[in-house]
Amino acid sequence: MTTNTRAASYTTGSDQKRTIHFPDEHAHRSKGLPAVPNAIIECKDVNVYYNAFRAVTGVDLAFGSKEITALIGPSGCGKSTLLRSLNRMNDLIDGARVEGSVTFQGEDIYHREVDAIEVRRRIGMVFQKPNPFPKSIYDNIAYGPRVIGMKASNMDDLVEEALTRAALWTEVKDKLKQSAFGLSGGQQQRLCIARTIAVKPDVILMDEPCSSLDPIATSRIEDLMYELREDYTIIIVTHNMQQAARVADRTAFFTALASEETGDRTGLLVEYDLTKKIFESPADQRTEDYISGRFG
Amino acid sequence: MTFLTTGLGAHIRSASIRGKVRGGEHSARSVLFLIALWLCLFVAFGVLLTLIITTLIDGSSRLDSRLVTEYPASGPERAGLRPAILGSIWVIGVTAVMTIPLGVAAAVHLEEFADRKKWFNRAIELNVQNLAAVPSIVYGLLALGFLALLGVQNKNIVIGGALALGLLVLPVIIISTREALRAVPLEIRQGSLALGATPLQTVWRQTLPASVPGIATGAILGLSRALGEAAPLLVLGALVFVSFDPNGLLSGYTTMPIQIFNWTSRPQAEFHELASAGSILLLLILLAMNGLAIFIRNRYQQRW
Ligand SMILES: Nc1ncnc2c1ncn2[C@@H]1O[C@H](COP(=O)(O)OP(=O)(O)O)[C@@H](O)[C@H]1O
Ligand SMILES: [Mg+2]
Repeated sequence: MTTNTRAASYTTGSDQKRTIHFPDEHAHRSKGLPAVPNAIIECKDVNVYYNAFRAVTGVDLAFGSKEITALIGPSGCGKSTLLRSLNRMNDLIDGARVEGSVTFQGEDIYHREVDAIEVRRRIGMVFQKPNPFPKSIYDNIAYGPRVIGMKASNMDDLVEEALTRAALWTEVKDKLKQSAFGLSGGQQQRLCIARTIAVKPDVILMDEPCSSLDPIATSRIEDLMYELREDYTIIIVTHNMQQAARVADRTAFFTALASEETGDRTGLLVEYDLTKKIFESPADQRTEDYISGRFG
Repeated sequence: MTFLTTGLGAHIRSASIRGKVRGGEHSARSVLFLIALWLCLFVAFGVLLTLIITTLIDGSSRLDSRLVTEYPASGPERAGLRPAILGSIWVIGVTAVMTIPLGVAAAVHLEEFADRKKWFNRAIELNVQNLAAVPSIVYGLLALGFLALLGVQNKNIVIGGALALGLLVLPVIIISTREALRAVPLEIRQGSLALGATPLQTVWRQTLPASVPGIATGAILGLSRALGEAAPLLVLGALVFVSFDPNGLLSGYTTMPIQIFNWTSRPQAEFHELASAGSILLLLILLAMNGLAIFIRNRYQQRW
């Protein structure tokens, strides 16, 4: 979008065109952003709708390969919505629709010939609440490789490797056959990360992975993310700004803006830059207000 | 009551608290209501208990091994339930084999795949709910009509009875399976799909296995209801005097409720005792089945 006034239209149930105008001052964000070298996922003018409600609008964003990118912003500004649109998890929600283009390694993931299943295999996801399967620890890890028909010469090795990478092996190696439900919350979340690593994705999306964990478990996950960064691209939504400042290479700040006509709060990208820049000298006043705790 | 006089404030406070007693648990109206409720419970339970006890007394003399080993006979002292027990096992077994896969598949479709915005899916849902309340004899008539349409002459065959009972059990299985599926958290499905599993793999390897206890409970309860049914089978012309063991899908049969029904209509008192003994046996089987259902639910139900 190069025009000064951003306008977008969508049809409501009654097929009547509605237009939301965003003031000029917000338009600058799509200009002059530092290019992300080595981008693995790129969003161009992404809009996400839940039926007629537009949750996210006009997001242009590139995620660097083998970097950690943090998405921050007040709750309800569409961070989770955008994250889910990166691996087509939004397909599972009735009425959710993505406009614009999301490319993964240069290919549009919403192209007609692209299989959402394959997209999700390449771009894994860790959820807010740890969601281990009601199976043994071993079977939690082996599940992914089994369902995607991964050629693993030795499943035991694969399980050990995934658990080791997720810094969980020493804690669980003697109880692999026990139910995953017996683990603590932090262990469960690391199990979910291990489970994701086991299918060898390129990107791992994390939606507030530490929000239900205590500080010690949180710091273990942060250490883990930092180690995984060598091999994986990580995109993390977090409401914890210190966390973003600690782990992320780049940070994108989102906010929600109420439409004058409908009062719907639509999320948009305010500023995207190196984390250091965002936290030390943000270009946008709203970023600064949010970072300094004056808002949100 | 001295504190009432200690000050105006205290007086007002205590007065307002005491005001709450009106309409509380000890007012005359609520006590009366409570008594009425107890009375209802007592009447219902009393009737049931009397019935069971009299049946027990009547049937106790015939509760022996002959009851399960002998064939029906014209002399009550030589008669037993053997073919009826085997007939019940055959019919209920075939019913289970036919309806459980069908009912589970239907429930999986409705719960996991059907687009709820489509009118026909909503219509099917509504119908399934209503079917569970249809009197069993209607299903007997339906099966009768269906068999007649197929040109089946002899409708008193195991598969015919299983068809009628299957129609009866199917809605129960569909509904309980849907409830079991719905109890599996969305997060489990999402976790599976996020690993690159297909929706079908997710159902097959996550949602369904986690629902098995709920499905088993529902299926057992549905089948135990079918086990006690006589009406739909009588409509299909179930035999009342069978002196052979049923041995296949096309074999003639009788079932326990039908045999019991037949014995009660005989004039001799000994046959009535036999019927009572049969009833007790049927009750014990039903009790065991429901107990198993409760056991499975408590023991294996996943707590999320
Ligand atoms: N499944 C959904 N259906 C409809 N609206 C949704 C759904 N999920 C989120 N939303 C709406 O989209 C907006 C953004 O939500 P979300 O992406 O969860 O925000 P965040 O993660 O930043 O807190 C909110 O207004 C929310 O109500
Ligand atoms: Mg969120």
